[in-house]
Amino acid sequence: MVDFNSEQLMERSPEMPVGAEPLTADQAIANLRHEDLSLRYYAAWWLGKYQVRDSAAVDALIAALEDESDRTELGGYPLRRNAARALGKLADPRAVSGLIRCLDCSDFYVREAAAQSLGMLGDRTCVPHLISLLDGGVEVAQFVPGRPHLAQPYEAVIESLGALGATEALMLIRPFVDHAVARVQYAAIRAMYQLTQESVYGERLVQALNSNDVQLRRTALSDLGAIGYTPAAEAIAASATENSFKLFALKGLLEHQLRSTSEESLAPRAIEIIGLMDTLL
Amino acid sequence: MIDSQLQALISAIEQADSPARLIGAVRALAAARLESGIPTLIQALGYNNPGAAIAAVDGLVQLGVLAVEPLLEQIDGYNYGARAYAIRALAAIADPRALEVLLSAAATDFAPSVRRAAAKGLGSLQWQYLPAQQCIQAQVEALNVLLEVSEDSDWAIRYAAVVGLQGLGESAVAPKILHAVSDRLHQMQLADGDLATQARAKFACDRLAAISNPQLPVYC
Repeated sequence: MVDFNSEQLMERSPEMPVGAEPLTADQAIANLRHEDLSLRYYAAWWLGKYQVRDSAAVDALIAALEDESDRTELGGYPLRRNAARALGKLADPRAVSGLIRCLDCSDFYVREAAAQSLGMLGDRTCVPHLISLLDGGVEVAQFVPGRPHLAQPYEAVIESLGALGATEALMLIRPFVDHAVARVQYAAIRAMYQLTQESVYGERLVQALNSNDVQLRRTALSDLGAIGYTPAAEAIAASATENSFKLFALKGLLEHQLRSTSEESLAPRAIEIIGLMDTLL
Repeated sequence: MIDSQLQALISAIEQADSPARLIGAVRALAAARLESGIPTLIQALGYNNPGAAIAAVDGLVQLGVLAVEPLLEQIDGYNYGARAYAIRALAAIADPRALEVLLSAAATDFAPSVRRAAAKGLGSLQWQYLPAQQCIQAQVEALNVLLEVSEDSDWAIRYAAVVGLQGLGESAVAPKILHAVSDRLHQMQLADGDLATQARAKFACDRLAAISNPQLPVYC
């Protein structure tokens, strides 16, 4: 799970700006070109949130990936960030090339959003471009002085490479399982599991459920749910986090288990996971 | 004697200076199974310490019917975390006096965790403590709320409704209740938008089918 600092958290569900009406899809599309920049920004978020798959919405969001008007004091591109995030949710492959270009943007958060969304869109043409963000390996994967983030959005890049089944990236990802930042570690472990199906990686995430930091425990839960590592079910149910997080992670395991079989009847392991989920209601 | 024991256990909770000590102190009070300790156990549901809250729920459930009235009176309208734990305790004790609280929590509480606990609890009440006629009426009320909750937009709330419906089906005192439960569960098994909820509904249908067509002698 990608780390959201406070700046980003604000962007994830922006307040409705003053003067903004509740939107319709047509208004939101039109607002992407509104002279009021805060309305553009809100409209981009809104189209992703409500998954407006209209081709006019996708076109307007793709155009917003090149926006030059909305800039932060540090040179960031807030509208591009929101447009890149929204396009990941709209499942339209036309967004892929624009998102790939965003991987070279000077704004870290644009690169991060694009890397995440490319993983969600599932089109493997982006794999070499994602891999290029790992250039220099763990040695250059350091914090940018004065900023709360690393040189590249490693967590998002690695997670997407794992989700895309990019086995060609395996040797590049492996060193990140020992990165100094725990969340980058977990992302690499999660991807390594997806690329190799080796239980040693699943077990490392199970170990992470014992972390002293509740945020890291939640991250490990969510990673285990995302990879559907079914041997973790009991450890998830017993971990010291809120029931809703545990329930959601177990749902990931159950669905993975259900998809791995064509049997009509429920497998014994599926029934065991259901039993654990019932105790968390 | 009991009073001084209670006082010592309560002061240990009041003076706990770390989350781990608080959990230990609540566990000790829970283990003493003192009726007079109930109000303190209920307070512990709201300390924002999940370990302490779980220990307090265990203690309240052990005290069973004695804890029902105090729980119903002290249920916290402001702290939804505490309310979810109180609903879990009431659901586990399963005393039908909790019916009204469970019905309204399942139908209208704003906190998803409270609604999930209540929906599950509506399926597991000890209906046999109610007079026959009242029992059918109570089950119909539970059924109607669970059917409504089973259409919620949140998968986890629908999942909890399935668990509640299964329990209600297993203890149904009238065929029309069992039929309504089975119909809805079959529908959800085929058409719910969430894969895990569909699977849970399938499991519930399998269980209800096994009860109405037992393949083995029931009393073996």
